[in-house]
Amino acid sequence: MFDIDATRPASPFYQESHQQWREQLRKFVDREIMPHINDWEESGELPDSLWHKAADMGLLQQGYPEAFGGISEGIDNFHMIVTAQELARCGAGGLYATLLVHGIALPPVVHYASDATRDAVIPAVLDGRAHISLAITEPGGGSDVANLRTRAVADGDDWIVSGEKTYITGGMRANWFTTAVRTGEDGLEGISLLLIPADANGVSRTPLDKKQGWWCSDTATIHFDEVRVPATNLVGEVNRGFIPIVHNFNHERLAIAASCIEYARVCLQDAIDWAAERVTFGRPLSKRQVIRHKFAEMLQRINASQAYLELCAWQDMHLQLKPADVALLKVQATQTMEYCAREAMQVIGGASYIRGCRVERIYREVRVNAIGGGSEEIMRDLAVRQLGI
Amino acid sequence: MKVLVAVKRVVDYNVKVRPKADGSDVDIANVKMSINPFCEIAVEEAVRLKEKGVASEIVVVSMGPKQCQEQIRTALALGADRGIHVETDAELQPLAVAKCLNALVAKESPELVIMGKQSIDGDNNQTGQMLGALSGLPQGTFASEVNVADGKVAVTREVDGGLQTVSLSLPAIVTTDLRLNEPRYAKLPDIMKAKRKPVENVSPEDLGVDVAPRTKTLKVEPPAQRQAGIKVSDVSELVEKLKNEAKVI
Repeated sequence: MFDIDATRPASPFYQESHQQWREQLRKFVDREIMPHINDWEESGELPDSLWHKAADMGLLQQGYPEAFGGISEGIDNFHMIVTAQELARCGAGGLYATLLVHGIALPPVVHYASDATRDAVIPAVLDGRAHISLAITEPGGGSDVANLRTRAVADGDDWIVSGEKTYITGGMRANWFTTAVRTGEDGLEGISLLLIPADANGVSRTPLDKKQGWWCSDTATIHFDEVRVPATNLVGEVNRGFIPIVHNFNHERLAIAASCIEYARVCLQDAIDWAAERVTFGRPLSKRQVIRHKFAEMLQRINASQAYLELCAWQDMHLQLKPADVALLKVQATQTMEYCAREAMQVIGGASYIRGCRVERIYREVRVNAIGGGSEEIMRDLAVRQLGI
Repeated sequence: MKVLVAVKRVVDYNVKVRPKADGSDVDIANVKMSINPFCEIAVEEAVRLKEKGVASEIVVVSMGPKQCQEQIRTALALGADRGIHVETDAELQPLAVAKCLNALVAKESPELVIMGKQSIDGDNNQTGQMLGALSGLPQGTFASEVNVADGKVAVTREVDGGLQTVSLSLPAIVTTDLRLNEPRYAKLPDIMKAKRKPVENVSPEDLGVDVAPRTKTLKVEPPAQRQAGIKVSDVSELVEKLKNEAKVI
């Protein structure tokens, strides 16, 4: 097997604890995930036991306050990159997106919810007992948050919520939804964030289990039919929900970029291994110039993307990250993934068209990354607007 | 009970090494290094003894260049309490390592020394036995089971004919075989906490040991390329070839 790690450029950002975390997490993934991922993909779900094992390993708690059972001392963005990239080695994006879906749903609770809510929710999620999903997108729109329609109407000390959310990752399993609702006027100034318990009266869900990729992910449409939610479940201030929503964008996009770059690396690895073995017209594929140049171009794009990722991650830690850069980084990463998935399939040929092969899965998961978390088009538009162009 | 565990920094088992062009040694520039797998089993066994309440302190020792700190930190993350780094850039052969360990055994007085049966780079399988000879402590090598009770350690050894169990009086030396246990992975919080555990730095000179090599490597070359095999058409041809060409039946 080709040693793909030898292609990772030396980087000043990784210290001993990052290397150790990579080494140990790799063993965890090799033992607990790799042997099962095909079955989980085919059966369309991840086992509950995976959350308990992940909690035991410290995966779920990474970056959250220690007071709530998290692990934050000495943890930085580069531990996050290691986590995203090592989990990506299984070549199934639904695993990372679902196992760590609280990475987008929980931070608003950590930073903006009431003390009682934080005590009830954060420790339970971090030790894998309970699950939380982020519910923003609606059947009528995704990135256009200003126009969302799910409405919460004040009734005494409660809110009464009606509406629908869709493409909600982890939605079938979730115990809570961090939900964007309209509490006021049209536009951004009328949006609030509300934590809605999944077992409240009037909440129902429909599985979205026929997907192009992310098969092991329990994606759902959530219906709210006059759901009564206590006002104390408000996350942040009334009509100021956009602040906690935006708060987490940088981290979400850094994490998506990190994993997409690693999917590209997996494609390169599998293509190189295949080409070394596959003999055509008397020589291994890997000796053909047309194939060798593919490897060079894939690696060129992977390493450029990784360098951009690491700079953005460092800038974020030093409060210097421009939203334009993280938006363009995400585009760079998903395009690199798309290119490498395509080229790896061209190298591997028919074998990569058969299910059970990492490259086949990654090829199917290009679009969910290029669209989810802000589409390439939205990201580019945001970047030029942020730059005042 | 204090347990001393030795860990060696070796080329990671996934790496395919190649001889240097001049045939002087194996080229290990820029390759991934890890704890020797047998040493990792030794650390795991010590940690299990501590979890059972048998061991009270685990001291992990490694010898070699500055970067051996990485392997010591990993052992600390896995559950060792403190580390000793015998730092030297000299080439270390089994006798030198055994002498350094012997000096540390005299200094630390552990009741149990656990180490790998061999390292996957040199494959010497000598250090544990040499330490036994130098220290005069009883040794149980190739352990697949270790039980400590009443001042004794029962070691089940994997020997050619099957399994042999020996009972040793403590203090004693145990070297680990592959089936002794399956090492755990270090958890993130333990990796972060390991940064704060103490690591003592000593040199072979501090221990009064001359580490000068006693053997010299003349040449390192790759094994001969394997010849391509043939396909036989049926069982009778196979039997014929096994009988007359290979002469194994």
